[in-house]
Amino acid sequence: MVLTSFAASAILQSADRLISLAPADVLVIVIYFAMVLGIGVYLKRYANTSNQFFMAGREMSAWVAGLSFLSANLGALELMGWAAATYQYGILAAHFYWIAAFPSLACLGLVMMPLYYISKTHSVPGYLHLRYGEATRALSGISFAFMTILMSGINMYAMAIVMKVVLGWNIHFSIWVSSLTVAAYVTLGGLYSAIFNEVLQFFLIWVGVLTVSILGMIEAGGWSGLVMKIHERVHNDEYVHLWSTLGTFSGNPMGVHWTGMALGLGGVIAFGYWSTDFLVIQRAMAAKDLRSARLAPIIAAYFKMMVPLIVILPGLLGLALLPYKLVPEGTPGEGLHTYNEVLPLMLARYCGPGLLGLGITALIAGFMSGMAGNLSAFATVWTYDIYRPYLTKVKSDAELVAIGRWCTILGVFLSIGAAYFVTQFKSIMDYMQALVSFFIAPLCATVIVGMFWKRATAKAGFWGLLAGTVSSIAMFTLVKVNHSYLAVIALSPDAKEMAENLYRALWSWLICFMVTVIVSLFTAPKPDYELKGLVWGLTDLPSEAGVPLYKRPLFWAVGVGIFFVILQWMFW
Amino acid sequence: MSKQTHMLPVWFFIGVLLFTYGVIIFVVAIVDFRHPSEVMLSQYHPDLFGGILLLLIGGLYTFWFWPGRRKKQ
Repeated sequence: MVLTSFAASAILQSADRLISLAPADVLVIVIYFAMVLGIGVYLKRYANTSNQFFMAGREMSAWVAGLSFLSANLGALELMGWAAATYQYGILAAHFYWIAAFPSLACLGLVMMPLYYISKTHSVPGYLHLRYGEATRALSGISFAFMTILMSGINMYAMAIVMKVVLGWNIHFSIWVSSLTVAAYVTLGGLYSAIFNEVLQFFLIWVGVLTVSILGMIEAGGWSGLVMKIHERVHNDEYVHLWSTLGTFSGNPMGVHWTGMALGLGGVIAFGYWSTDFLVIQRAMAAKDLRSARLAPIIAAYFKMMVPLIVILPGLLGLALLPYKLVPEGTPGEGLHTYNEVLPLMLARYCGPGLLGLGITALIAGFMSGMAGNLSAFATVWTYDIYRPYLTKVKSDAELVAIGRWCTILGVFLSIGAAYFVTQFKSIMDYMQALVSFFIAPLCATVIVGMFWKRATAKAGFWGLLAGTVSSIAMFTLVKVNHSYLAVIALSPDAKEMAENLYRALWSWLICFMVTVIVSLFTAPKPDYELKGLVWGLTDLPSEAGVPLYKRPLFWAVGVGIFFVILQWMFW
Repeated sequence: MSKQTHMLPVWFFIGVLLFTYGVIIFVVAIVDFRHPSEVMLSQYHPDLFGGILLLLIGGLYTFWFWPGRRKKQ
């Protein structure tokens, strides 16, 4: 069936495309599809109980959980989007891999993961249920399910667009083939399938895209040659420095001040995303023991900080070496290429038959893995936090698994619907960052206050989360209605859209935090014995006295910190 | 991954996939060796080196995680 589908794709290809595939490239893609479906069929026999289907039996090693944790975030949208952002903003885009990785992932591994893991909950809304109560769980569960489906649809639509632009494939063909393949393997193997394919995708992305970085650096004449060529192209040094241009809003191409980068991105968006987005947390919660669960985000941090080699570097190489200038999306003109095409263009520049197929397969794997991650997280939250508590009583474990499988299929069709919805409003693609600030930034404050302050009450959790979410949506709407408010929200008339995203996240976090604290002071807290295993200070953590130093999460977290400091110093 | 169910480790699947890709890319590189494709720096034969690298990594993973070879991971 897959072979037939791809034979059909050859017919569906149009002349208007960036890249032409040789038979070897098509064979590489077909083998990938056969492999992921084969893995799904193989894993079905191991996904019979709810613990196996939703939590992969909680038996993943630290390495598998860590790589899967990272891969769930390393979708093709991320790869192509940040390569494009690098072409547009220069090395500043690397902040999204460095300051957005180290502090938050180390904190998650060392401080927050023990509470998630020890509470034995199935999801982040599940943790909020235990910590705050029903109302907060319902609000976060519903907003997470909504966000996940929309993200999955956007991912699907983006893949279809990329396949159309790069390979000339029909949009409907790409949406249906990719979504049905993902539906098949997640429905069969549950979180096992999602995790296996995410680890597979991690390897494919590296071997598929690293060719561009290696050959590009040879062509550019090393780092110094690359910097010189960029300087010749843009006539300033702003594109190759991380921090030295962030003293003012107008001194860098992104229009961001260092406070926005450090507090908004490193402090709120990154903390919010990594420590409360169930899509990634679910992978660490599937680890076989607490030490592995704590190590998973720290292992992910090392690799996250190396991802710029295959994302940021190709973007910089594109800026330095491509013989024509790329333009923003929607720029009128014949034969112009957009920023978003920089990665496929670089693949086409260096990769011949076979290698090109591998690079395209890496992008397809990234898209499908992103969808699978969203679907497995959606199925878990929908089943445990919406369906079971509010819709019907579940009688047996087998019934729970069956509901999980049906939820996966439901999620696929909702995502397909979302993908077609997105095609009607193309600017929604630009709103992905906004979506994070609506739901993730306030959720971060709710979780952090709940984990570290035993006085936080059930009512405070709900009203804080609601206030943060509503205020974020209100700020976004305000700027859409009257663009001059951007200067108010981002604190400068020179601020650009990226700065607005960062500061909006920061304000919504603060609003949620303050409302939670104020309401807590006027309402009754839960007794200490109900908060055992949920709040830092009331939870007994297993001692690491007998564990060798090199096996301790703290040891590896310090290593990530040193790696982070060296990178900042090198590219200051 | 699981001791109870003897599930094949994910590393085995990765090994098989990378080895298969290595075979395809290596064969294409040999066939096209005298007439490399018209991409930049094709004179360095990146497909040949890439193919060999994938064969080595894939072969190593496949061999190391072959079913039954390692009872415990």
